Amino acid sequence: MKRIDYVAVRAWTPGWLMLMAGLAVIVALAGAAVLYMEHQGHHVTGMTNQVVWGMPHVFAIFLIVAASGALNVASIGSVFGREPYQPLGRLSALLAMALLAGGLGVLVLDLGRPDRLIVAMTHFNFKSIFAWNVILYSGFFAVVGVYLWTMLDWKMKRAYKPAAITAFVWRLVLTTGTGSIFGFLLARDAYNSAVMAPLFIAMSFAFGLALFNLFLLGAATALERSLSLDLLRRMGKLLALFAAANLYFVALQHGTALYMADRGPVEAFILMNGGIYTILFWGGQVLLGGIVPMALLFRSQATRCHIRFASLMVVAGGLAQVYVILIGGQAFPLGLFPGMEVSSSFMDGQVAAYAPTLAEILLGLGGCALALVITIVGISAFRILPAQLGATEARE
Amino acid sequence: MTQAPSRRDLLKGAALGAVAIAPGLTLIAPAVQARPAGIPASAVNRWGLLIDTSKCDSGCTACVDACKTEMGLPALDRPATDAQYIRKVDVKDPKTGHQHSLPVMCQHCAKPPCVDVCPTGASMKRADGIVLVDRHICIGCRYCMMACPYKARSFAHEDQSNQKAHNPRGKGCVEGCTLCVHRIDAGGRPACVEACADTGRAAMIFGDLNDPNSEISRRLSKEASSRIRADLGLDPAIRYQGI
Amino acid sequence: MGMRAVMLALLLVLMQWQGAWAAEAGPQFPKAQGQCVEDAGTMRRHHFDFLKHQRDDTMRSGIRGAKHSLKECVSCHAVHKDGKAVPVNAPGQFCASCHDYAAVSMDCFTCHATTPGEGKP
Repeated sequence: MKRIDYVAVRAWTPGWLMLMAGLAVIVALAGAAVLYMEHQGHHVTGMTNQVVWGMPHVFAIFLIVAASGALNVASIGSVFGREPYQPLGRLSALLAMALLAGGLGVLVLDLGRPDRLIVAMTHFNFKSIFAWNVILYSGFFAVVGVYLWTMLDWKMKRAYKPAAITAFVWRLVLTTGTGSIFGFLLARDAYNSAVMAPLFIAMSFAFGLALFNLFLLGAATALERSLSLDLLRRMGKLLALFAAANLYFVALQHGTALYMADRGPVEAFILMNGGIYTILFWGGQVLLGGIVPMALLFRSQATRCHIRFASLMVVAGGLAQVYVILIGGQAFPLGLFPGMEVSSSFMDGQVAAYAPTLAEILLGLGGCALALVITIVGISAFRILPAQLGATEARE
Repeated sequence: MTQAPSRRDLLKGAALGAVAIAPGLTLIAPAVQARPAGIPASAVNRWGLLIDTSKCDSGCTACVDACKTEMGLPALDRPATDAQYIRKVDVKDPKTGHQHSLPVMCQHCAKPPCVDVCPTGASMKRADGIVLVDRHICIGCRYCMMACPYKARSFAHEDQSNQKAHNPRGKGCVEGCTLCVHRIDAGGRPACVEACADTGRAAMIFGDLNDPNSEISRRLSKEASSRIRADLGLDPAIRYQGI
Repeated sequence: MGMRAVMLALLLVLMQWQGAWAAEAGPQFPKAQGQCVEDAGTMRRHHFDFLKHQRDDTMRSGIRGAKHSLKECVSCHAVHKDGKAVPVNAPGQFCASCHDYAAVSMDCFTCHATTPGEGKP
């Protein structure tokens, strides 16, 4: 068994400081946006009584779903025993926790009453999948924290496999819960379906691995540490597989819905005449998030550039996918009187307009920046990144 | 010269008196009794409405205006974010051209999806069937607004002031029709029902669905009625005729 | 030693002049009409417990006319000036005087009406 040297990243270098300063500025701007939205009230945002969850939630859900997927690389190494991935296990666990923290930060700061977070942590309605998610998200930090500990501390070696299995199962339950937040809603034709849970699991695999790849490539370039192209190609093929799985569940969801006559209108809206939602679905989610990465990565000689670009495309497609699911599903009017033309002073019967405001976008970006800050602090404070990332094979 | 009233006169007087008073007695008898202080709401009652939409005029918004006044909802000229507990919905059948209008508010379902999804339990159903938001513990996550098939709930998008003493409401919490629970507990009926009666149309009646002798129950047992999206299986307490 | 005594005496005179002793200090607020449902000491110590318990009884169980009703507090403690009620949480009024003095923020009047209602509808 090769011995792997993990080396902490040197902090306080000019490059490190510049990067952290830039991220701190984004986080500060997000903080200002939160103060503005909370003080004025949500009427200054694009969110209304029709579209109640907006851009912050798009970012939050993306980050949370990606968080559970980022843990995949560690799980492949530990639960499934694949040696090439094992050196990356520590980064995978750290990135998972950082992404979840970023996503939850955005979610909590958009609440109507964020000062009542203690209430949310002490009053649970166990029939609500949302309440279960609160428990699952908090538990994720504990479970993955212990998992990371078993990887960092040789004295915890015996707990390594149990911690790995617990973390793997926990993140599957967590992502099922996140998908079910939408799947359980009988009111919303766009996503009231059991397939939302496995769809979100497929999404998490794809988004998490894409973000992991991007961070790894960025870190290797910035730190001038070697990175095995063979390992990268493996992860690239895996990413293509996950993107394909994502497309499969999307096709399954829409294909089934098209056979339900009462879901005809909402399917036509998403797939054909929904304007921005249709463009994001076909162009963003399917093309950029699915077909392009698969074309780039299902080749035998993918280069580093291909993998980086494909990962970026998966991220872009993923954001589009969450936008279509979340906002497209809310924009379509509720069907109180199926088959009838309906109008009222409360926007019944009409497609709801939603335009994200700068404050919402800043909040979402702040969550991404927070995740990056936590990751960089983590790799600087602890020995997370291998000195030679991946195997010591020939560099590209 | 006094004369003792004959039995016939007595009977005539009694009959006249009864005829004079009887209609008044049935008209002013309250639909419900005020609940005594200190007694909790009970599952013995289930409050509901019956709305005859054939009496509903498309241009009439008496119920909506009454609710806004009663509950202290401000008119901020921001229809996308202003709170509306009740609204008039105009429905047109595109195949036949038939049109009608009806008021839609929180349907006070027996199996409310909003109560199922609330993470803190703020969205609750009282023992007598009224679905409410406990705004002491509402964190403003708006998940109940996603879950409601009837779009019954609103979110308070700005600081509130000049609230009515009987309807505390504030920024950041979710709110909706309370079936005028403060009036019901005092033995009255919802403001929308009263306003509709005051216009002379009287399309809405309020009563106890669990009481077979209430006016609403007697009418429902004799006349056909339906509910919005009855197929969802939520068992709403608001019944309609003519939809 | 002498200098210190002089400084101490000056300080005490200054404090007496500014009314820093506990007996004269403390929040001042307008008196309410009528008799409170509990005595002042109990209220000071427990009013938040009473309100927190009562809110669930009223809200979730539908119990009306209870002893520790916030509406009743407002109706007694709100001062009337020129025929209009002054908000009970305005500076210098009943709630804010103690809460500002003790620097304890309260959330009640984000939602609850600060003046008594117009009576039964």
